[in-house]
Amino acid sequence: MPLDVAVTVRRGTFAVDVAFSAQDGETVALLGPNGAGKSTVVEALAGLVPLEAGHVRLDGVSIDALPPERRPIGIAFQDALLFPHLSVLENVAFPLRARGTRADPARADALEILGELAPRVRTDTKPADLSGGERQRVALARALVTKPRLLLLDEPLAAVDVSGGPELRALLRQTLATFEGPRVLVTHDPVEATTLADRIVVLEDGRVTQTGTPSQIRAAPRTRYAADLVGVNLFVGSLRPGEAGAGDLDTADGTVTVPWPDGIRRNPIDDVIATLAAADIALHAERPEGSPRNVLHGPIEEIAILGDRARVRVRTSPLLVAEVTTGSVERLHLETGIDVWASFKAVEVHLVVPTAPPDTL
Amino acid sequence: MRRALPLPFTVLAILGAGFVVLPVVALVIRVPWGEARHALEGVGASTAFRLSLEVSLAATAISVVVGIPLAWTLARITFPGRSVLRAMVVLPVVLPPVVGGLGLLEALGRGGVVGRWLYSALGIQLTFTTAGAIVATTFVAMPLIVLATESGLRSIDLRYERAGAALGGSPWYVMRRVTLPMIAPQLAAGAVLTWARALGEFGATITFAGNLAGRTQTLPLAVYQARETDPGGAVLLSLILVALSLVVLIALRGRLAEAR
Repeated sequence: MPLDVAVTVRRGTFAVDVAFSAQDGETVALLGPNGAGKSTVVEALAGLVPLEAGHVRLDGVSIDALPPERRPIGIAFQDALLFPHLSVLENVAFPLRARGTRADPARADALEILGELAPRVRTDTKPADLSGGERQRVALARALVTKPRLLLLDEPLAAVDVSGGPELRALLRQTLATFEGPRVLVTHDPVEATTLADRIVVLEDGRVTQTGTPSQIRAAPRTRYAADLVGVNLFVGSLRPGEAGAGDLDTADGTVTVPWPDGIRRNPIDDVIATLAAADIALHAERPEGSPRNVLHGPIEEIAILGDRARVRVRTSPLLVAEVTTGSVERLHLETGIDVWASFKAVEVHLVVPTAPPDTL
Repeated sequence: MRRALPLPFTVLAILGAGFVVLPVVALVIRVPWGEARHALEGVGASTAFRLSLEVSLAATAISVVVGIPLAWTLARITFPGRSVLRAMVVLPVVLPPVVGGLGLLEALGRGGVVGRWLYSALGIQLTFTTAGAIVATTFVAMPLIVLATESGLRSIDLRYERAGAALGGSPWYVMRRVTLPMIAPQLAAGAVLTWARALGEFGATITFAGNLAGRTQTLPLAVYQARETDPGGAVLLSLILVALSLVVLIALRGRLAEAR
């Protein structure tokens, strides 16, 4: 396994004990709430805190005893953390200069990667003069300038304002896709994790509570946190104006009716992400009467019990995971294989809309 | 927006301002402008001026070189007795300089605790030398750069240093390329204040290094001596000190405003 991590780090009374691995070309998201120990794992990988036990192996070679400057890791941080007193170019050249590369070659490499990732950013400006999205582009360039073996992204979208989010998400996806080694994405944002990662490692209170693909975790979350955050239904597709001021979101697997976003012209929009909490979906044995805009029909594929709640995966188009009480499961006689009706209101669906078409990036 | 102050307040403020401004105005009025050149020569102004620059700049340089690492230690490292050490570092600011001078004498004077050894083993004598004046001045002025550096180090976002380390910077590289440049405004302000304090130092210097023209007699000491023999020259020298200090403080205000 190219990346193999099993670390125990003690922080006062708080202990972080985390193990995960990643293949080349695989993006693993460490997802957890604030205080779960995500930053500690980042620090352990980067070599900023000593391990109490365990190892960090890259291509089978242990790197946990190496100082940070000897580790082949590229890091981009939350809030970008570009050095405010250095120019864009000096910021990007920093990891090379810190590793002893001479000024001229470091400058040339920095200019080259800036040309790829942030072609419209002036290299002699200070970070304060950049937009949030531009800062993240420069931060990505700084992470990749050493041609690292492992790419580590620490909450890369956390500080970007809403308007820059979709554009940057597209850049992140593209950057992750072209990076050949293992990639680790540390985030508290389930949408970021589910849209960017191949696998999610759920981290709570210093421990891994679940590991799996986004759809595995959505279908059968093991903890309340995973159910509430990762367990949301996610729709990706293009949005077109629909009836009565609403919109229709065409996914690869069926259409859902959603509210039209405020202040956006009623033209089709590509690359829209929408989320729907599992608890906002109602299940019915018969076709429901009344007003819900979305009524879908299909067989139950799986029922997973979590405490007094049950998560029910229904093979509708698109696929839905509903969360109902175990009481409802009994009352409706829900079981794998039977057909049910699922309904939800358009207003329960939350949209993430890009403001610029992706091809202008 | 302008807001009117209550009248008694305004009166008190005017009184306070007058109290501060009056002595300077008095100096300007009492300067014997007609015989200024002659008076300046009489009190050895140019020698004292040159010596003052030399001593204050050397003291500032030493304060910066020693004071920044000291501030670093106080700000970043936890060790037993840290708060006591911090208090002692700041002590010269509030101590009467003559007490500091006396302490230096007992420590580094020819018969002092360390001075005795310095003299017998290395033949170094600090009292009554320019080096002694620099030592005394450094003792009094250094706390200012330490305080400025420490407050700068406490105010910066530690995540930048962490980022610098994670991006491959050794501790020394991060200090040089990240931390020190980020607190540069505070360092500059601290150094200027240190220099201004060094320029005005009197008590510790005269106690420890004596008052020897051309060797330890800086501008303040020259003023003190001329006060008895040549009051006009003393006033002139005083005015030079006032002008120098005022220029520094006004320049510093601009810098501090820049650093927010």
